[in-house]
Amino acid sequence: MTAVIDVQHLHKAYKDTVAVDDISFSVAAGEIFGILGPNGAGKTTTVECIEGLRAPDRGTITVLGLDPWRERAELTQRLGAQLQDSRLPDRLRVGEALELYSSFYRTPADWRELMELLGLADKQRTMFGQLSGGQQQRLSIALALVGSPRVAVLDELTTGLDPQARRDTWELIEGVRARGVTIVLVTHFMEEAERLCDRVALIDAGRVVAVDTPAGLAEGLQAGQRIQFRTSVPLDDALLTSLPEVTSVIHRGDVVVVTGNDNALNAVTSALARNQIVARQLRVEQASLEDAFVALTGRHHDNDDRS
Amino acid sequence: MSATAVPAARRPAIVRLALTELRLFARERARFVARLGLPIVLLVIFGSIPFYTQARRSLHGHSLFQAYVPILIAYSLAIISLTALPMVLADYRDKGVLRRLQTTPAGASRVIGAQLLAYLAVVAVTVVLILAVARIGYGMFLPRQVAGFIVAALLAAGALICVGLLIAAVSPTAQAAQAIGTVLFFPLMFFAGLFFPIPVMPSFLRHLSHATPLGAAVQALQDAWLGHWPHPLQLLTLAAYLVACGLAAARLFRWK
Repeated sequence: MTAVIDVQHLHKAYKDTVAVDDISFSVAAGEIFGILGPNGAGKTTTVECIEGLRAPDRGTITVLGLDPWRERAELTQRLGAQLQDSRLPDRLRVGEALELYSSFYRTPADWRELMELLGLADKQRTMFGQLSGGQQQRLSIALALVGSPRVAVLDELTTGLDPQARRDTWELIEGVRARGVTIVLVTHFMEEAERLCDRVALIDAGRVVAVDTPAGLAEGLQAGQRIQFRTSVPLDDALLTSLPEVTSVIHRGDVVVVTGNDNALNAVTSALARNQIVARQLRVEQASLEDAFVALTGRHHDNDDRS
Repeated sequence: MSATAVPAARRPAIVRLALTELRLFARERARFVARLGLPIVLLVIFGSIPFYTQARRSLHGHSLFQAYVPILIAYSLAIISLTALPMVLADYRDKGVLRRLQTTPAGASRVIGAQLLAYLAVVAVTVVLILAVARIGYGMFLPRQVAGFIVAALLAAGALICVGLLIAAVSPTAQAAQAIGTVLFFPLMFFAGLFFPIPVMPSFLRHLSHATPLGAAVQALQDAWLGHWPHPLQLLTLAAYLVACGLAAARLFRWK
């Protein structure tokens, strides 16, 4: 399958700070591709180069066969972008905004249908300034799609939305992909990346740390399983640390947390049974994308910040 | 569907942008009334005071009122172009409205061109209003060199709007745009003869005045009003401001 977006050795610096050091990845047609990383990792700069809003210092970018910077006029016809912190005039009505923006494109989508799809039909006459945060965000998505783009780049799609609105938006994005649009999603929500993305590029300090499916990233971790339980009697750690399947044992209050490979659960429960120790409230967790994130970037992730 | 009218969807984007801008302008009701209404209020005040309406030998038999009508036109031009326009445009930049437009095929020239069109329309409405009130309310004669008046008014409006676009381009924030516009407004209005008419200025100030956009505008409008074709130098001055500021604004225009 040919790549819709191809980024090779992208480098971009502002004055003396390097925003993007060396980033390469490619996105296949019809994919939902996530760009994930801590604050200041260079996510937004990367997508701004893809959108043709910034010229790379070095490296090449091809989007739908176009050079985003040199062929920006053509690219804007085929790529829809939703930016962070981008408002509309407060007194512009929803319907007016959609109608206006659709007039910019050669082959616009039916803006009324789009308004319907995004649940804004009853807000057609409402001014932008009077919309809730979630409604403004949905209008923003609608405007990114109004030119019926082949590629949509969505930056911090659900930041500032309540959990319900966030889930609704995810469903919507899956619907958009089902219509054949390739989607690049910049996010810092692990849950969002896990739920939506086919593949994720993990970016840290201007470099790509890993590119894989969310599950693949998590599986790549050493710690395959995390097992938690309480015991009826105090536990001698040596009992478990001696097992080859176990990598660590720690205590959180009276909860024992054991990490180990994929066979750890079997080994731990057998060892406990042999010693007649009853494990209560036993929980097993597979390593998540979040664990992969922490392991690969060496950073704890702050869910409330935006980059 | 009727085949007679051009479907709304076929209207060029620049026209739609300009119409949207006009709509937004009209929705700012308080400001809308202040900007369009203040020159009319001043006109009514001047027209109601005999001091202004009596014919004067020093003004070649015309009244101060007659001398003030072109100045009030310049005043509305300045208010609209130097305070309203730069603030609105810089505010769009602050809020990311322009940034969003940058991701669409609209393009900078269309966005700037639409502003120019929209504000030309606002200015045209204001000028017609002032003319109507002066004519109907106070029996003032209409400009006698109609073509000259229209040319002068268009050039003046174009020049002032381009100065406004330039202010918007160089201002880092909406507040800065407003500050620059306001600071420029008073000296420019001084040279337009708001405080005392250009003909009674000392010659050095008069020459300086002719080199400013509003001074040139008032002279050109006044000449046309009295039946003469405006002096080419004044039209050239206005055209020079239009081209120079317009080009600089387009060049310095920033989306973000």
